[in-house]
Amino acid sequence: MPTTLPDTEFDAAIIGAGVIGCAIARRLTLEGWRVAILEKARDVLDGASKSNSAILHTGFDAPVGSLEQKCVVAGYAEYRAIHQRLNLPLIESGALVIAWNAEQESALPALMDQARANGVDVTPLTATQTRTLEPALGPGVAAAFRVPQESLIDPWSAPHAYLLQAVENGATLLRDCAVTGGHFDNGWYLETTRGPLRARVTINAAGLYGDHIDQMLTDATTFQIKPRKGQFIVYDKPASALATHILLPVPTAVTKGVVVCRTAYGNLLVGPTAEEQDDRENATLIPETLDALRMRGEQILPGLASQDITAIYAGLRPATQFKDYQISRDAARNYICVGGIRSTGLSSALGTAHYVHDLCAAMVAATPLPDPTWPQMPNITEGPPRSCDQPDNGGIVCHCELVTRAEIAAALASPIAPQTLAGLKRMTRVTMGRCQGNYCNGDVAAMMAAR
Amino acid sequence: MTLPTHVDVVIVGSGPAGLAAAIRLKALGVGTVAVLERDPRPGGVPQFCAHSPYGLREFRRLMSGPAYARRLVAQALAAGVTIHPSATVTALHPGPRLTLTTPGGPAELTATRVLLATGVREASRVARQIGGTKPGGILTTGALQRLAALGQPLPFRNPVIVGTELVAFSAILSCRSAGVTPRAMLTETSGTTARWPTGIFPRLLGIPVHHQTTVTAIHGRDQVTSVTLNSGSDLPADGVILTGQFRPDAALIRTSHLDWDARTGGPVTDQTGRCTDPAYFAAGNLLHPVETAGWCWAEGGQIGSAIAASMTETAPATIPIHLSGEALAYVTPQSIAPGLPATLQLRVNRRVRGQITVNGKTHSIDTRPQRRILVPIPALPDDAPDLTITLRERA
Repeated sequence: MPTTLPDTEFDAAIIGAGVIGCAIARRLTLEGWRVAILEKARDVLDGASKSNSAILHTGFDAPVGSLEQKCVVAGYAEYRAIHQRLNLPLIESGALVIAWNAEQESALPALMDQARANGVDVTPLTATQTRTLEPALGPGVAAAFRVPQESLIDPWSAPHAYLLQAVENGATLLRDCAVTGGHFDNGWYLETTRGPLRARVTINAAGLYGDHIDQMLTDATTFQIKPRKGQFIVYDKPASALATHILLPVPTAVTKGVVVCRTAYGNLLVGPTAEEQDDRENATLIPETLDALRMRGEQILPGLASQDITAIYAGLRPATQFKDYQISRDAARNYICVGGIRSTGLSSALGTAHYVHDLCAAMVAATPLPDPTWPQMPNITEGPPRSCDQPDNGGIVCHCELVTRAEIAAALASPIAPQTLAGLKRMTRVTMGRCQGNYCNGDVAAMMAAR
Repeated sequence: MTLPTHVDVVIVGSGPAGLAAAIRLKALGVGTVAVLERDPRPGGVPQFCAHSPYGLREFRRLMSGPAYARRLVAQALAAGVTIHPSATVTALHPGPRLTLTTPGGPAELTATRVLLATGVREASRVARQIGGTKPGGILTTGALQRLAALGQPLPFRNPVIVGTELVAFSAILSCRSAGVTPRAMLTETSGTTARWPTGIFPRLLGIPVHHQTTVTAIHGRDQVTSVTLNSGSDLPADGVILTGQFRPDAALIRTSHLDWDARTGGPVTDQTGRCTDPAYFAAGNLLHPVETAGWCWAEGGQIGSAIAASMTETAPATIPIHLSGEALAYVTPQSIAPGLPATLQLRVNRRVRGQITVNGKTHSIDTRPQRRILVPIPALPDDAPDLTITLRERA
């Protein structure tokens, strides 16, 4: 890793390479900006973005008129518009919001009104109609409504594609690069663990550390991050036959609740929990909570009782004391803070990036790229052809997830090649299957060491 | 070697069960027998177990795992079996037809009979529901032995070993040859589970054994730093070796048209290893976690004979077996083909004393989990009623 940074002034320094930072880097690069992305971790997507429920939300249940709702709608629309050009998947599963008792049933009309006010189609369903759509549902369904446009996507290929398109069109990715200080004096002078860096505009997309960066750069912050832990259970691939739709509960004021859905990789996901904590680094797995989650999953889909669990994981959402996103502009200091993107970041990222560009467009004179390149992401999801279906794939390395030697070699040769096993896992799914890497971690370590 | 498009018998997995069946099939005059192995090297699990004892039953001599695996592979090749390494079967279809992927790309293969011998894997940290963080340095015995066989450094110096099944002692031996000193051996039970070597063995090597102890949480960010035990105390360690708690590697079956048994985690078969699609058979540890290489080899040979006999016969309707008694963990086979004797293999899920009744006969048992109970059944007539195995425990 070179320690000296470019001695020129970037148009923008984006702090944080989570899904939001990657999407902003893409947007500003396409608008003609010279962009640097500063990531403190060894690899991108290492904070809040490393675990989510992999759903492309319509924003049907977001507060009407909220910034979150606006960004989710715009993000949803742009993802649909560009996913084919980037070879990103979109599984139009639809979602069912299911009431399991009379009290929840009485909440459905207001939720449907809210969805329609947000411009999202919904269809009410009786218990019988719900069961016809999802025969494996457990007893106790009172009623439901269907949100046909809720979809499943690949939570890692998408941000990797945004970042790769930025980098292929000139953006600079700086990893192991934590911002330690900075001041504005007709341009930003940032201090980082890799040395000083200059930029016209600084954009704080630091996720779980958004308030710290805000405080550090502006001597004030209007929000505090209150990490909210979510634990998830991933079932092995045969379980994905148990449900077609995303199965959502009636949300509460605090959380969307426990979701059961297929994943783009052909597994079945149950989660997340919502547990407030102070620790911003460690999301610990709690067997008792996971047991309760598993039991909730088995109430929703009794067939899960005989299915194998492939993985358990926990992530942290950068929640704040506010419900809505905390996006603000300090025009005098060319500073944008993108904080509190608490749980819909994957869905809203492209829309949030547009919103951020609108806020800062006047700070830099630039002409949109006339003919940007569009990287083609290798498909790592179930269904469309994968590397293992192609000639000369080098053979399977990870048998659980059918990851080939050619796929790993391509990831390690990418302009955004991962530096860690965790990064390689997110890019290829290697070691993510039912044996949890116990078969292939030696081969994978050898491939990483050999490059 | 180029993959054929059709063979008489295709065998998925080149461990002791798959190779023994292949050798037997050739000995009985079956024409083309192909073995598909997903690993670049054939031979299965024994090739990674660099210690004795292997081969006593098969070759009447004491061998190391790798020498035993080489010997079986050589014997199969000499018998005219073709072995295709780096060939991963991705789906099973009626026909029978297999789809697979190889370094050269995707392929399809049809056969008159298919034998599934894909073996077992140990429970990962996930299946054991261990809480805490996800640092590096957590391995199963299988992973540990693969790393050692690949000549790679082990990711710890002083790990704890979880479990005392036979394979845990294999983990100790692998650690010793890699210069790794286990800090402790933890077991849920009050006495060691394995019959051999006894609980004295780890103590002889200076490894403390903690009984009635489980790991509830693993700590560390990049590397394991400690584990929390069920007693609430923390034990410093830089790694965790998870041993045993085997499950059949049955992912192919669960996504196929073949019936699967939630109790064993393997396919539903009759006593000849025949699956619910009579063109498919299964053998070895895929049927029952977990037996030794020698047991799997013997069983593979028997099922090889059954496949050879089945090539021209139509499959008889089978007689289902039911279990009555919550301490009965599983039975294999799960059904009986009429006209042939069978040996049922039962296991219990806790210490059990009592009587087992099956087919009008009563057997006294006094047994622990992990120990097999064998119950012979004479040939049954075509119109025999369903069999029920009833366990009555002594108070």
